[in-house]
Amino acid sequence: MAEKIFDDARSALAGLLFDGMTIAAGGFGLCGIPETLIDALVEAGVGNLTIISNNAGVDNFGLGKLLRTHQVKKMISSYVGENREFERQYLAGELEIEFCPQGTLAERIRAGGAGIPGFYTRTGVGTLIAEGKELKEFEGESFVLERGLVADLAIVKARRGDRYGNLQFHKSARNFNPMVATCGRATVAEVEELVPDGWFDPDAVHTPGVFVQRLILATSNEKRIERRTVRQEEA
Amino acid sequence: MIGRTVRGWTREDLAARAARELRDGFYVNLGIGIPTLVSNFISPDIDVTLQSENGMIGLGPYPLEDRVDPDIINAGKETVSELTRTSYVSSADSFGMIRGGHIDVSVLGAMEVAEDGNLANWMVPGRMVKGPGGAMDLVAGVRRIIVLMDHVAKDGTPKFRKTCSLPLTGRNVVDMLITNLAVFERADRQSPFVLKELAPGVSREDVRACTEAAYGEA
Repeated sequence: MAEKIFDDARSALAGLLFDGMTIAAGGFGLCGIPETLIDALVEAGVGNLTIISNNAGVDNFGLGKLLRTHQVKKMISSYVGENREFERQYLAGELEIEFCPQGTLAERIRAGGAGIPGFYTRTGVGTLIAEGKELKEFEGESFVLERGLVADLAIVKARRGDRYGNLQFHKSARNFNPMVATCGRATVAEVEELVPDGWFDPDAVHTPGVFVQRLILATSNEKRIERRTVRQEEA
Repeated sequence: MIGRTVRGWTREDLAARAARELRDGFYVNLGIGIPTLVSNFISPDIDVTLQSENGMIGLGPYPLEDRVDPDIINAGKETVSELTRTSYVSSADSFGMIRGGHIDVSVLGAMEVAEDGNLANWMVPGRMVKGPGGAMDLVAGVRRIIVLMDHVAKDGTPKFRKTCSLPLTGRNVVDMLITNLAVFERADRQSPFVLKELAPGVSREDVRACTEAAYGEA
């Protein structure tokens, strides 16, 4: 069978990268982001990128690393509030942003991966988000046409994966990863643990290997916490 | 302006007042900031499930120090804990339950609310725009939207207005408005807001003097 497991991030990305490409990345904030593959993109130096990702990382971590090296031309995101370098580049006109409501972004990625070129949603009707987009009435209510998103490359982070590319995510680190895995012309996954053949309960596979062409064992699992909030033991 | 001298309710009071709107069996989404505090005031007599749009249903309290897991966070990117009822879904499924009308109430903050229920809470032109996040999806899909905000801006400008001056998050989406001075509610989305309650020490005249929106008196 075709070997999906690659030795490292560099070899897993070999032949998939080109300047001006579109890359979709899983994660919400810094949770469930493909840290190892982002580092490999920085190292590869591929530029002029359009990045589809809910957020843009923070300074010096996550997708912030790709911003720092000026490899990103455009972001398609719902919220980019945690990144000063992003703000600087945006205000200097070096970086383009397409804002997309978070649920619409998730659905655009899902639709793209499912072969659906567009869908109608109530979200954003009557706001700047709907400007220039087709509106259609259903039962007397207005909906806006949003387009499906397809990427040249999708990169995701999973807790576990096997040689077939089957993936299992971990808790709220699942977030955008399952849809992102479906929207890439090629999808590369990094997993915290490679599990043996037959290890998965078939009912517990979140993303089947049909969507995953290549995978690696993640070597960066820092999982930086944005807001560490705790409670005290009750007396 | 009167609104600057009359303090009315505190942040905790606003959260506690919003918590009284929750009913047994509700699925509820709480926004970032003061709305997050609502969870501290939910009556022990009712059972409420908190949903977070990053794909966690059944949010527990902040974890004990030795139980922090970076993969268990809420939509404010704060570490939280699981409950026995907790489940996880993808972002698409999470917003499917929001857009599909399966969440009973969302409590959100705001910059401006208009008398026709329009809401502005994501963008100030000329300032760095961080993005709408999930707010537009929430107001478009959740059955009932409760807004918590200060009655006037720091410079005394009324925030409950005839029309919003800032770019909108949604049109005709607010059902209830709780400010530090008063509670306004509307019977449905075709009806005007009605003044329902006053904060202690606040008169109807105080509220009138620092409100631009038209509203009914109960």
